[in-house]
Amino acid sequence: MTSTSAPTAAAPASAIEIRGIRKRYGALEALRGVSFDIRRGEFFALLGPNGAGKSTLISIISGLVHASEGSVSVLGHDTVRDYRAARRRLGVVPQELVFDPFFKVRDMLRIQAGYYGCGKEVWPWIDEMLERLDLSAKANVSMRALSGGMKRRVLIAQALVHKPPVVILDEPTAGVDVELRRTTWAFMSDLHRQGTTVVLTTHYLEEAQELCSRIAILDRGSVAVIEPTQHLLARHPYRFLRIKLVDGAQLPEGLMPLVTGEVNGALELKLETSRNPIGGVFDALRTAGIGIEDVHTREPDLEDIFIELTGHPVGAVAAGAPK
Amino acid sequence: MSPDQLGFVTLLKKEVMRFWSVLGQTVIAPVITALLYLLVFAQAMKGRAPVYPGVGYGEFLVPGLVMMTVIQNAFANTSSSLTQSKMMGNLVFLQMAPLGPLEWFGAYIIAALFRCMLVACAMLLVTVPFVHLPIHAPLALLVMFVLSAGSLAALGLIAGIVAEKFDHIAAFTNFFITPLSFLSGVFYSVHALPPLWFKASHFNPFFYMIDGFRYGFFGHADVPILYSVLWSFGFFALASAVCMWMLVTGYKLKR
Repeated sequence: MTSTSAPTAAAPASAIEIRGIRKRYGALEALRGVSFDIRRGEFFALLGPNGAGKSTLISIISGLVHASEGSVSVLGHDTVRDYRAARRRLGVVPQELVFDPFFKVRDMLRIQAGYYGCGKEVWPWIDEMLERLDLSAKANVSMRALSGGMKRRVLIAQALVHKPPVVILDEPTAGVDVELRRTTWAFMSDLHRQGTTVVLTTHYLEEAQELCSRIAILDRGSVAVIEPTQHLLARHPYRFLRIKLVDGAQLPEGLMPLVTGEVNGALELKLETSRNPIGGVFDALRTAGIGIEDVHTREPDLEDIFIELTGHPVGAVAAGAPK
Repeated sequence: MSPDQLGFVTLLKKEVMRFWSVLGQTVIAPVITALLYLLVFAQAMKGRAPVYPGVGYGEFLVPGLVMMTVIQNAFANTSSSLTQSKMMGNLVFLQMAPLGPLEWFGAYIIAALFRCMLVACAMLLVTVPFVHLPIHAPLALLVMFVLSAGSLAALGLIAGIVAEKFDHIAAFTNFFITPLSFLSGVFYSVHALPPLWFKASHFNPFFYMIDGFRYGFFGHADVPILYSVLWSFGFFALASAVCMWMLVTGYKLKR
């Protein structure tokens, strides 16, 4: 694919510019003055617990929902005043598995391209996408006859059919098997390398950690944090020690406050890097005469940081979220 | 063709392909239903005095049946398409596309007109062995067809936008479209009605659509053709204005 996102002298630096977005549903404020930029060419993750406002924000960007206040622009085009130009530059993969039951896969993609003013010139691109997303064999099959995973891939193809320089994927791999997730990400990574800006929401945080250079975490309608992925991971001043004691011995009293859980008979301790060196734990065990059967350490991942910032595991519902 | 024009043509094509893919339901079934009405009523009313001079009951009935079927199908086409898209969730593809309200309106209405044209032509064709229909004023036929089908297609869009489930469309059809189309003089001349019902018929917009359409064939009608054209135009303008307001503001389409 030849991306249309190649920077030019007059091109705006931001792929998406979000300014003071508020969204109220009666008394409930789903978004509380959200402002941030997504830069051109970024692979950006938008994370948050369920009900944090991610889908509302994406719906506002894509024109499905009116914002109560604020503005959004895509590559410098306001999504309300200049909606045609903004939408031509944006592709959105919706979260819900939606499809038109009247059409076959290839026909549906050609129709979708037509909505964006693209004619026969994109038909080879449609066939290329079908190939890349492993859908060629289903090109002339009715949408109704596809499995959930295939419908999900058609949704991705529909979002890309007009070769948008900015793509938003709202949980594109939810309910999709591992192989398909890999195929999807290989395809999206290729597009990103060619200059496409990719915005991703996902519940699989390892995907965000692996793919995205910058992450924003929304919580209860506000931006809790927005940082490069590596900074976010580095600012978490903890590491985790998983330790299995000989004969199921009890941990010394002084170490008990550090325990965060138990996994397969091993205790997990959360150690602050500056205050709780691992050597100190071993010293305490040795002094108490407790033998160690197995030991394992791990660095914090995005999931830990997510819980630290929001107080919820991924997939939990944020307090005050619409039910 | 500009990108905006191509978007409009694509939506129009998609709407035509949608009803074309279920032609049995969308065109053939209404033709068969109308033919049954013709056979039953023409037989039952055989031997009655002509409604207009030189116009037998069978001839009188056919234009009314055609227009009643057009009215019902124009409404059904837009309302069912939009409601299905809303219920299935695939309306988002259109909502996220760079299509303006006028393109939405034009594509849905023209696709409905096309379906109605097919239905009307098929009906007139299958009734050829039973009745002989003269064509007195082709322009009146065309104007009444476009205004009537356009009005009901716009009304169908409004219903599709407002409806939150298929029951709402069924209620609109059963309690509004069907009674008004049956009580609009399809099967009788309103001059045969008691005074109260005669007056009431003049407030039914479908009466003017059917009466004006009938004028196009026979040159006779219950009210002057100008009344029928003006009433139908007024109804079309009102339904279109409400529909466009809904599309421009995103009423019930955007949260």
